[in-house]
Amino acid sequence: MDFALTEEQRMLQQSIEGFLETNCPLDAVRIAASSGTTRVTEIMSGLSELGVPGIIIPEEYGGVELGFLEAALISEALGAVAAPVPFVATSVMAPLAILKGGNDAQKEKYLPQLASGDMSMGVGVTEQIGRRDSEGIQADGNKLSGRAMFVLDGMDADAYVVANTHGALYIVETPNVSKTPLKTIDKTRAVVELEFDGTEAELLPGSADNKEILLNIIDCGRVMLAADTLGASQTMLDKALAYVQERRQFNRVIGSFQAVKHMCAEMTAELEPCRSFVWYSAHALRAIPDESRLMACHAKSHLAEVGRFVSRKATECHGGMGFTDLLGLHYWFKRIGFNRQLLGSPELIREEAARIQGWI
Amino acid sequence: MDLAFSQEYETFRTQVREFLKTHGDSSPPPFARGKTDEDGKLWQQLLIENGYAARTIPKNYGGYGAKPDILKSHIIAEEFAKAGVRTGHSGDNRLVPTVLELGTEEQKQWLIPPTVRGEMTWCQGYSEPGSGSDLASLTTKAVVDGDDFVINGQKIWTSGAQYADMIFCLVRTEPDAPKHQGISYLIFSMDTPGIDVRPLVTMTGEATFNEVFFTDVRVPKHQIIGRRGEGWFVANNTLKHEREGLGDPNQAENRFREIVTLMQNETVDGTRLIDNPAYRDRLLRLQGQMLSMKFNGMRVLTSQIKNEEAGIPRWIIKLNGCELNHQMASMAIDAMGEVGVLYEEGSHLRDDGRWQQRFMMDLGLIIGGGTAQIQKNMISERALGLPKEPKYEKVSN
Repeated sequence: MDFALTEEQRMLQQSIEGFLETNCPLDAVRIAASSGTTRVTEIMSGLSELGVPGIIIPEEYGGVELGFLEAALISEALGAVAAPVPFVATSVMAPLAILKGGNDAQKEKYLPQLASGDMSMGVGVTEQIGRRDSEGIQADGNKLSGRAMFVLDGMDADAYVVANTHGALYIVETPNVSKTPLKTIDKTRAVVELEFDGTEAELLPGSADNKEILLNIIDCGRVMLAADTLGASQTMLDKALAYVQERRQFNRVIGSFQAVKHMCAEMTAELEPCRSFVWYSAHALRAIPDESRLMACHAKSHLAEVGRFVSRKATECHGGMGFTDLLGLHYWFKRIGFNRQLLGSPELIREEAARIQGWI
Repeated sequence: MDLAFSQEYETFRTQVREFLKTHGDSSPPPFARGKTDEDGKLWQQLLIENGYAARTIPKNYGGYGAKPDILKSHIIAEEFAKAGVRTGHSGDNRLVPTVLELGTEEQKQWLIPPTVRGEMTWCQGYSEPGSGSDLASLTTKAVVDGDDFVINGQKIWTSGAQYADMIFCLVRTEPDAPKHQGISYLIFSMDTPGIDVRPLVTMTGEATFNEVFFTDVRVPKHQIIGRRGEGWFVANNTLKHEREGLGDPNQAENRFREIVTLMQNETVDGTRLIDNPAYRDRLLRLQGQMLSMKFNGMRVLTSQIKNEEAGIPRWIIKLNGCELNHQMASMAIDAMGEVGVLYEEGSHLRDDGRWQQRFMMDLGLIIGGGTAQIQKNMISERALGLPKEPKYEKVSN
């Protein structure tokens, strides 16, 4: 019984955090956001050297083949600096889909490029989670028609993994598809709308009659978004703690007022158990199959709630400054808000958790 | 990350389960109030013999004498909770560890064996009418007269004082010292002349607490744990043991399961409560909170096994755990609606009316053992390092 990170996991965490601290300061986020870049080349290449894009890809395909807990630690670190780089779709969901559903040729074609970071993939599965009327992809042989919305990591992607209405997964290469960027609150991530009109695509054959693969990549994506929210929330709390010990009013630092202190204590009390939740749900993805889907649902929805609370209170701790663009706190605020809705908003996910438990 | 238990612990868990299967049905009902009854003493005896109570207390003081093993203690607590069987009371879980750590050999021999057997029961004399959250300002005083301390003053919120044989009590012995350094930790019989116990009825309708008045109560000078003036340090040792009990994740998980069962069985207008989406969403939010505290508990447990400081995950247990219990009780009551206000007795009561009782009791626990606001002060000052409130007053004697 050892519910803690291993020495290796802590070292991985430290090396990623160390790299991002130097290479992804707020200024870099600001520049990327104002120029509409969601795949900053310098950051991407550094992360590639650290093995990030190949985190779950087996060594035979050039990856480092670590687990989902390691992937979650990376996601947390990226959230902590609001990194303008793709990760959840391109480095976790897409490779997992190919590993589980792809044939040998597809694995050999895509996985090494994904692992090296030379290629980036978007993932479009939102029609499986609270589908809008305008969405839905039909497959006719290897031709796709219809529309995918909120395709994650979609802006600079070289190819896409998309689900059709039956839950089978296809790879579509970018030149074949019509892509429209979706402007969201979060300028550090890219989601796009894809339109298919008899578009050439390649089925991942293992997913043809097995919706489980689709559900599995959604589970993993949810845990990664929960981890991202954990990192972003912790940063907001840390910034609030630093600010309230520096800002003076009435001849005292404001952090000596109970009203302020109690906000900090409440954020801490809410957020700290979330770290354990992310660890457990990430660990469960592979190690505890009976619980993994339920835990992914709960981690995602619980982190969404705590993230909303922390992002709001941490902003309040900064007073008027928290509301300004100058301080940049809003990048994390918006990232947390984005994570909350993507791959299922909390209410929808909790309904899913009820169904998983056979309550309805 | 390795959630498996080694063979040694799996075997141990099996033993605990077998014990519970064999003896669980003969256990007296849990949470028996007041003085330990004869059944309770026999049960305690059986648990000690098997190592499920007073486990780490040395044999010569009446315990089982196992060497401390946090994981085994955890397994015992978990399995007893799952089976809904009354646990051993390990004597008094606040006093015994304190005496073991800080008492003299004579005091250990005198106090621990009968306490462990359930023949000597205790109450805690800390809070006073004017000293609640600011406990160190307490004014009950003890002055030396010959071989005795002579105590005058008043305590309040004294749980179980009407049944207890003994009291461990904080009194001011050094009126001129700074407030934290003028307190001593005395132990004495509740039969000592000059003690007047008046039960304090709470909102639940029961008298769990008391006011205790001391008028010229004479206590021999050697009935002190630690030295004169060190009582604050001794008491903090006790409080540490108490706070961990408030917010037990096993208990929260059990209560959560009870609510699920209630909502699956209870119908309104022909619809099960769990089929009502508004109630269901509340239930699932609580499940998320409950799970987060369960995993947080696993993290704290791991730190304890490794003998590391658990830090923030431990500081927040009392605050979050008590709040969660209260929220769960309020959820159960709201789901029941009108039926939820039934109380005490009647043929329509659900779950013996215990949700209303818990709803009120859990509010009491949010306040007791260090209010939620004091918990937030401690988290922000001690765990996060925010500055203390400026101090204005000096202690008045």
